[in-house]
Amino acid sequence: MAALLEVENLSRRFGGVVALDGVSLDAGENEIVGLIGPNGAGKTTLFNVVTRLYRPDSGDLRFAGRSLLRTPAHRIVRRGIARTFQNVELFDTMTVRENVRVGGRRAEEALELVGLGPLAERHAAQLPHGTRKRVELARALASHPRLLLLDEPAGGLDHEEVERLATLIRRLRAELELAILLVEHHMNLVMGVSDRVHVLSFGRRIASGTPAEVRADPAVIEAYLGSEVTSVTDRSFQTDAQAEPARPDDGTASGA
Amino acid sequence: MPSLAPLLELEGVEARYGPIKALHGVSLAVGEGEVVALLGANGAGKTTTLRAVSGTVRRAGRISFAGQTLERRPPEAVARAGIAHVPEGRGTFGELTVHENLRLGAWTRRGRLRGEEERVLAHFPALAERTRQPAGTLSGGEQQMLALARALMARPRLLMLDEPSLGLAPLVVASIFAILRRLNEEEGLAVLLVEQNATLALEAASTAYVLEVGRVAVAGPAADLRADESVRRSYLGY
Amino acid sequence: MAEFWQQVVSGLASGGIYASLALALVIVYRSSGVINFAQGEMATFATFLAWTLLDHGLSYWPAFALTLAIAFAGGVALERVLIRPVEGRPVLTVVILTIGLLILINGATQWIWGGATRKFPSPFSTRPIHVVSAAFSIQDLGIVGVSLAAVALLSLFFRFTKLGLGLRAAAVNPEESRLVGVRVGWMLALGWGLAAALGAVSGMMVAPVVFLDPNMMQGVLLYAFAAAMLGGLASPVGAVVGGLALGVVLNLLGTYVSTFSGQMRLVGGLAVILVVLLVRPTGLFGRTAVRRV
Repeated sequence: MAALLEVENLSRRFGGVVALDGVSLDAGENEIVGLIGPNGAGKTTLFNVVTRLYRPDSGDLRFAGRSLLRTPAHRIVRRGIARTFQNVELFDTMTVRENVRVGGRRAEEALELVGLGPLAERHAAQLPHGTRKRVELARALASHPRLLLLDEPAGGLDHEEVERLATLIRRLRAELELAILLVEHHMNLVMGVSDRVHVLSFGRRIASGTPAEVRADPAVIEAYLGSEVTSVTDRSFQTDAQAEPARPDDGTASGA
Repeated sequence: MPSLAPLLELEGVEARYGPIKALHGVSLAVGEGEVVALLGANGAGKTTTLRAVSGTVRRAGRISFAGQTLERRPPEAVARAGIAHVPEGRGTFGELTVHENLRLGAWTRRGRLRGEEERVLAHFPALAERTRQPAGTLSGGEQQMLALARALMARPRLLMLDEPSLGLAPLVVASIFAILRRLNEEEGLAVLLVEQNATLALEAASTAYVLEVGRVAVAGPAADLRADESVRRSYLGY
Repeated sequence: MAEFWQQVVSGLASGGIYASLALALVIVYRSSGVINFAQGEMATFATFLAWTLLDHGLSYWPAFALTLAIAFAGGVALERVLIRPVEGRPVLTVVILTIGLLILINGATQWIWGGATRKFPSPFSTRPIHVVSAAFSIQDLGIVGVSLAAVALLSLFFRFTKLGLGLRAAAVNPEESRLVGVRVGWMLALGWGLAAALGAVSGMMVAPVVFLDPNMMQGVLLYAFAAAMLGGLASPVGAVVGGLALGVVLNLLGTYVSTFSGQMRLVGGLAVILVVLLVRPTGLFGRTAVRRV
């Protein structure tokens, strides 16, 4: 069975810089796939190509079996692909509900899933960083996508917030039958939540596999992780997060 | 060490953003050549504490550094006193070249700076190759290194770092912390470090303070905090 | 053909005058984020001061230098006293302030020196230089030379001196500049001082040609705006190139298109501003503000 998202031999240059060099990877239905790699490896460029903000120089891009290359950027959402961005851009003069509504019709459902129900009438400008990220996520979910692209969702979140994000990601996969493709530097989150991980470096895919496989891969260690893996990743995070049952996140502090 | 007065001392420091009070009386100390970690959840006041020291937020309370009182001084004077503040998001000047960023770092220094740039760049070989490039074209990791290098150009006695690992690849984070360790050991540079990655911070620091809602909740030797499971669970989330 | 080159050089002379004032506008805009509508009047005032010095027997170049110094000091003082208190206020407030300043300085000029038109000497002779079959006015060449020298000195200052670096840093990122110890307020004042001095250069170059009176710089200000907009309001290079180009184009149009003369030049300047705003607001050298998402 073909994967939900298929990227085949994608290449893209910007002037003299080769951002993507024949990258092939895929993400299956209902799969959580992590995408890691050093800065400048091409991760965000790949996202931008998938959401059709850039045209690839060569290669193919298929979603649910059909090519995406002819779909213009503003129709990507209709095909069932939604994404979040690294820098959260909300409409500060609007409420949370209005911001989420911009994303699509299933706003109420999205708000409830993300646990923003109690905050729905607040103005976006007043919210702290972590909550703004949740609004952005809700906005992406409001279009009822089949594939969700998350670009560094853990940026600027503290430990507790990252844990809740991990729980939320798993819940989204379970309840909405979403496939999720996730770009992240936060190793705990990526390794703890992903079924599979692809590693990009200098525009090429250098490894793919389960989190455990990728973590142990010497090429990945050399290009990205470094050998002092213990100080930068925190094993206890994984066990805690995996042990936690999925439960509604109503914005109150959760015990670890 | 206990008999020496601390290099930086905060006593009952409060700070506000307009009508909102962010710090409700924070007290901490950084000794000469010490690495101190400042931890806590988002919104706890870590960044605000650094800004209170550098004078970039309205503050009250006592702040003393190397025998001088800082609480009424503007940021320019705090920099001249020997404190280098590297804010969250690097604070590099994107339009200026690496070389110009470094020159700017030495703004408070008088006299000749011959060889100073070489001395600093020796710690950051990746930057040495790119001195003529605009800082905005560097990768995130390189920009963090540049921010650090620029701070070092001032030959500060205290370095304040806000979230140096943010958005950086693990390999890069490891090398930055290795550089910090070297600077602390070889040159006696004192560091006040705000860091989301608590494991990393507690390994680098000798003392740690955990902030919660604008106050110090826990303080003590970093090794103790690392070992104390209840502290880790309640305050650091793991 | 000779006529063409003569008009080009003549256009460059006008262009040099526009470029100096345009650069002054850009320096202030880049550092304080403000369009100083009073820049022209400040230049006029400085030129009148120069006239007074010359009238009292001082020879030309010493008077020129002294005027620059006084203009510089005046610019610094103006920023510290009038502009600094309104730092951070809405743009409209500051715009109204500079327009008020325009009226105030114009009034002061009239009050001190009266409205009569005066002659202003040029350091350059009006004899022509003959190159092949063309005759170039030494005065025109002199104006181009002085304008370019002023601009060049300023670029060297910005690129190679510590203060110049400080000013650039303060303009780009005042918060971070404070953290490295730059006194941002004084850097901005420095910017205003330099702009005022540039304005004085512009005024002293144009006065021999159009004669000195309190309203002398109003037309020049318009062209300077057009030049600054054409080059991209935040681009110093653009302001200079824009000024020179504008001078040449308007001069050539005036020569070869019969309907385009006298008052039409002013209309031409206005048209440039309009077209730039409509078609390419960032100007030729400006960059669109892009935020990475």
